[in-house]
Amino acid sequence: MFFNEEFETLPRPALEALQLKRLQSTLERVYANVPFYKASFDAAGIKPSIVSHLQDLQKLPFTTKQDMRNSYPYGLFAAPMDEIVRIHASSGTTGKPTVVGYTKKDITTWSELMARSFVAAGAHKGDIIHNAYGYGLFTGGLGAHYGAELLGASVIPISGGNTKRQIMIMQDFGSTVLTCTPSYSLFMAEESQAEGVDFKNLKLRVGIFGAEPWSESMRTEIENKLNLSAIDIYGLSEIMGPGVAIECIEAKRGLHIWEDHFIPEIINPETGELMPEGEKGELVITTITKQGIPLIRYRTRDITSLSYEPCICGRTHARIARMSGRSDDMLIIRGVNVFPSQIESVLVGIEGIEPHYMLIVDRQGTLDTLTVQVEISERLFSDEIKVLQALSRRVEKEIKDMLGVTCSAKLVEPKTIQRSEGKAQRVIDNRKLA
Amino acid sequence: MKVEQISIFIENKSGRLAEITRVLSDAGINIRALSLADTSDFGILRLIVNNGAKASEVLKEKGFTVSKTEVVAVEVPDRPGGLSAILQALDRESINVEYMYAFVERCGGNAVIIFRFDETDKAIAALQAQNFNMLEGNRLYNM
Repeated sequence: MFFNEEFETLPRPALEALQLKRLQSTLERVYANVPFYKASFDAAGIKPSIVSHLQDLQKLPFTTKQDMRNSYPYGLFAAPMDEIVRIHASSGTTGKPTVVGYTKKDITTWSELMARSFVAAGAHKGDIIHNAYGYGLFTGGLGAHYGAELLGASVIPISGGNTKRQIMIMQDFGSTVLTCTPSYSLFMAEESQAEGVDFKNLKLRVGIFGAEPWSESMRTEIENKLNLSAIDIYGLSEIMGPGVAIECIEAKRGLHIWEDHFIPEIINPETGELMPEGEKGELVITTITKQGIPLIRYRTRDITSLSYEPCICGRTHARIARMSGRSDDMLIIRGVNVFPSQIESVLVGIEGIEPHYMLIVDRQGTLDTLTVQVEISERLFSDEIKVLQALSRRVEKEIKDMLGVTCSAKLVEPKTIQRSEGKAQRVIDNRKLA
Repeated sequence: MKVEQISIFIENKSGRLAEITRVLSDAGINIRALSLADTSDFGILRLIVNNGAKASEVLKEKGFTVSKTEVVAVEVPDRPGGLSAILQALDRESINVEYMYAFVERCGGNAVIIFRFDETDKAIAALQAQNFNMLEGNRLYNM
């Protein structure tokens, strides 16, 4: 089943010809409209016209999250603000988020790619889609929502949280498709037992899970506990949001990346050189139809590999492997992106707190936990318990306010956290994904 | 009328209390009274010793976080209602007790209660007005 059979099954030569044409026009547009790209192409001595084959893409400089931060908030937009109809944002590496803008046409494209993704996952018109991705600045909720509506399914915009109510609604409304993070699906399964609800009696048929890394063994666990077919979806707000790539239900082996809108490359994160097909490296994506904020060779920092092998589903679009890690220090905690540097900037903002900290990430049952160890200093120390507890709570609240992630702050004795000597270890991640 | 107490931050991990007492013992410091307040993550050890300045110094050298606090040592008459009378006197003046701990005086045999108040001077005045016996710091340090 396809949503847009013509484009999803376009023969490779035609697909690549379309990519080249779209790439060329994107390059002309960013060179003319985005000062950052004009400067970066000029600095590399490149004009958009040097791209006459897809392979020429390699000659262009990369775009990084830091570049987006330097252009905060709207510096990389290629369309005038009066054409921007939607703004989303995701975690930046420090206090400021990464901002993206969509034109009307971008929203139409995104909806179509998300609708294609639903169909690839086995959903169809008539399905009742229980969308538990967060609605708001995060792209997950609205991205899936618009795709579900375009598909013609009934979408329940439940967003995240309030698990008991989620379970009741899934049961009473007869939800057939679930969209959320994989760890939240397992949490719901756990909670449902306490509620006396058996997922085997629900009508759920398909689960579309993303926004955090997961594994094949987690897929087996989810499929057994929720009694549905679990599909991996990939996306990032910088590129679009959910629906950049998705597994097809026929193969469940690798995620088709919609190549008529994105050009994927895999590079060695150290050298920036292209990796041979099938080898692991950092995923780099160039958007070739986006108007609001087109990105050229955006370094996603996600580690995966790329395969052009034909797929049994009939789609001709390349497949990326399940994400196997990051080439930077970003953590994904209950679907929220967290950079240690963000925590650091919160801590230095609290008077008297030493900038020495350690993050301990664990998975208790099915949910991630974050513990922030902070050193007590003479200035902060009090002989009264309540003063120290108020300090812990303040750290927890400020982190929650800035990053949207719940953590537990733990005061430790001074000088017990390793000091920066070059690259200090700031994170202990005890989660086992494999 | 005020007594100097030292407080030490202790992480909840094994051997920390033993380490503190070893450091004090090596420095020839004698502990007169102590109390340990604990939470699930950390504890605060409060001590009255014969030489507070030296105790702070040797503990800080070993990397401990130490603070000094002024507390009040009140002698409690050894009869029913002894403590109650003290607390009532404080309550009349709306003085809050942040925490307290007790020990038994070696010479007199009376109980002594160490109080940490929100308003120390006001508490001392209230207790003096009611003729409660408060111990001088020196008497406690050299007991």
